[in-house]
Amino acid sequence: METVLAFVIGGLYAAGLYMMMRRSIVKLIIGLSLLGQAANLLIFTLGRLIRGRPALIAPEATHLLEPFADPLPQALILTAIVIGFGVQAFAVVLIKRVYQTVGRDDLDDMKATDEP
Amino acid sequence: MNLLLVLPLLIPFLTAVAALLAWNRRYVQRGLSVVGAAGLLGAGLGLLASIWREGVQATQMGNWPAPFGITLVADLFSAIMVVLAGLMGLAVAVYSVASMDAGRESFGYYPLLHILLTGVCGAFLTGDIFNLYVWFEVMLVASFVLLALGGKRAQLEGATKYVTLNLMASALFLAAVGILYGVAGTLNMADLARQLSLVGQPGLVTALALLFLVAFGIKAAVFPLFFWLPASYHTPPVAVSAIFAGLLTKVGVYALMRVFTLLFVHDVGYTHTLILVIAGLTMVTGVLGAVAQNEFRRILSFHIVSQIGYMVMGLGLFTHLALAGSVFYIVHHIIVKTNLFLISGVVFRLQDTYQLKRLGGLYRAYPGVAILFLIPALSLAGIPPLSGFFAKLALVKAGLETQQYLIVATALGVSLLTLFSMTKIWAEVFWKSAARSPQPAVPRPPPAALILPIVVLAMLTVAMGLAAGPLFTLATRAAEQLLNPADYIQVVLGGRL
Repeated sequence: METVLAFVIGGLYAAGLYMMMRRSIVKLIIGLSLLGQAANLLIFTLGRLIRGRPALIAPEATHLLEPFADPLPQALILTAIVIGFGVQAFAVVLIKRVYQTVGRDDLDDMKATDEP
Repeated sequence: MNLLLVLPLLIPFLTAVAALLAWNRRYVQRGLSVVGAAGLLGAGLGLLASIWREGVQATQMGNWPAPFGITLVADLFSAIMVVLAGLMGLAVAVYSVASMDAGRESFGYYPLLHILLTGVCGAFLTGDIFNLYVWFEVMLVASFVLLALGGKRAQLEGATKYVTLNLMASALFLAAVGILYGVAGTLNMADLARQLSLVGQPGLVTALALLFLVAFGIKAAVFPLFFWLPASYHTPPVAVSAIFAGLLTKVGVYALMRVFTLLFVHDVGYTHTLILVIAGLTMVTGVLGAVAQNEFRRILSFHIVSQIGYMVMGLGLFTHLALAGSVFYIVHHIIVKTNLFLISGVVFRLQDTYQLKRLGGLYRAYPGVAILFLIPALSLAGIPPLSGFFAKLALVKAGLETQQYLIVATALGVSLLTLFSMTKIWAEVFWKSAARSPQPAVPRPPPAALILPIVVLAMLTVAMGLAAGPLFTLATRAAEQLLNPADYIQVVLGGRL
């Protein structure tokens, strides 16, 4: 499973970076979103994938027995997803305003601030 | 729970909430904003005094013991940074009262300013690396909106670049945190400092260190990751530029200094040498970029990049004196750079442009403003007896002690170019005769609320130069705590060592 996920994560990073390097601002946002998802999956995979062993202490036991599925990476991912959602919502509104103001969906046209 | 550590987060947050509740009353918002920023400064000073007396302090949120709960921890360096955040918040809040337009004020400028301060203080005070990520995002989202608020074309274009590169840095930071957790099994920075030495995979830890270097490097705007900064900082209103210039990149520098003194110190020969090289290149590219510019705020933006190089240089040299120099430099830089941006705003108000070609004649019309510019400008270039001189002196001395002559030569050369570039602003904006004929017959002085923060910050610059001794003692103590994190770890983890 780790191997499959490793390829998925690599693919997501590659796709995200590829999209970001296009000139369209819509693709830029899609790329950013893919990068965020890749990071989330990376945290998930690195938190060790363990099936069917919840992090619960059995009634008769006094402490957790190894191996157990670590819930912390999932909590991290949840936080990251929420933050990512908010930031991407902002980014989508921003590019809409950019498109309305600049009139084109092309990063190469955004040079108004580059005069020395 | 130690209230002193929580107040710097609560005060700006509650100010933002109160300002949101007063949405339709701009005058109430103004008052709240100034009072809230003053409160933050007071809380920061209280924290600093308490840490000066009693050493590092920590408090566990929700009373979960470290490393399981979220820790707030402050050493002298964090406390100094919180004081500076309060000071800049207050200066900009007062300045905004006179300079911010009604449109931005009615669409949440003051709440956003204080959310930004909350994020900045949170980043300075947290003892948990994932929590650091969260505070970074709080700060970033507020800064995104502040940058784009108003919706001018230049602002939106600048914001696109700023948002993209900063979100990319966040994604890298998040990935690095994930790998760090996979390697060390903890996110508490004090606990990480102990666990990382037990990992036994030096290659992996070095790779992690470099991931953090890139992620924080983008936020701190070091070479070659700084391009978002000069593309965006000159586009928003000057009060926003000033608070960004004072605080945002310095949060990146703070994060770099924190992780590269606390966590990644196992392979100093490799990582810190790399940081030193980056520092040199940052100084040179920043100042060369500034020399080529002809717009007031763009020159200042490129100088931020150049100055970041000096702060990072202290970290790269990684000696006691060098770190003290870095801390001193950060204090000096935040005050001086914010002040220069505020002055550029006054100049804009007087002559309605930032283009050097179209400015001129201000020395004749407003000699006071010219003198107020000269103090931080000369301090930035490092002319004695102003604060910048002592900051650079410490760094250069540290460089000579460790026999890093190349970086010392770079620092001194860049200093000279900085002076050149400040002279250029002086000559073009203040000294040459007015470019356009319609000068007001009777000089109309800018409002007091614009001048007051500038005067106070300029006086602080002079005071820091005249009383460099006590401030340097403070910086030295802060550097001691950074170099010997045993106290920090002990305080956070309690007796459980």
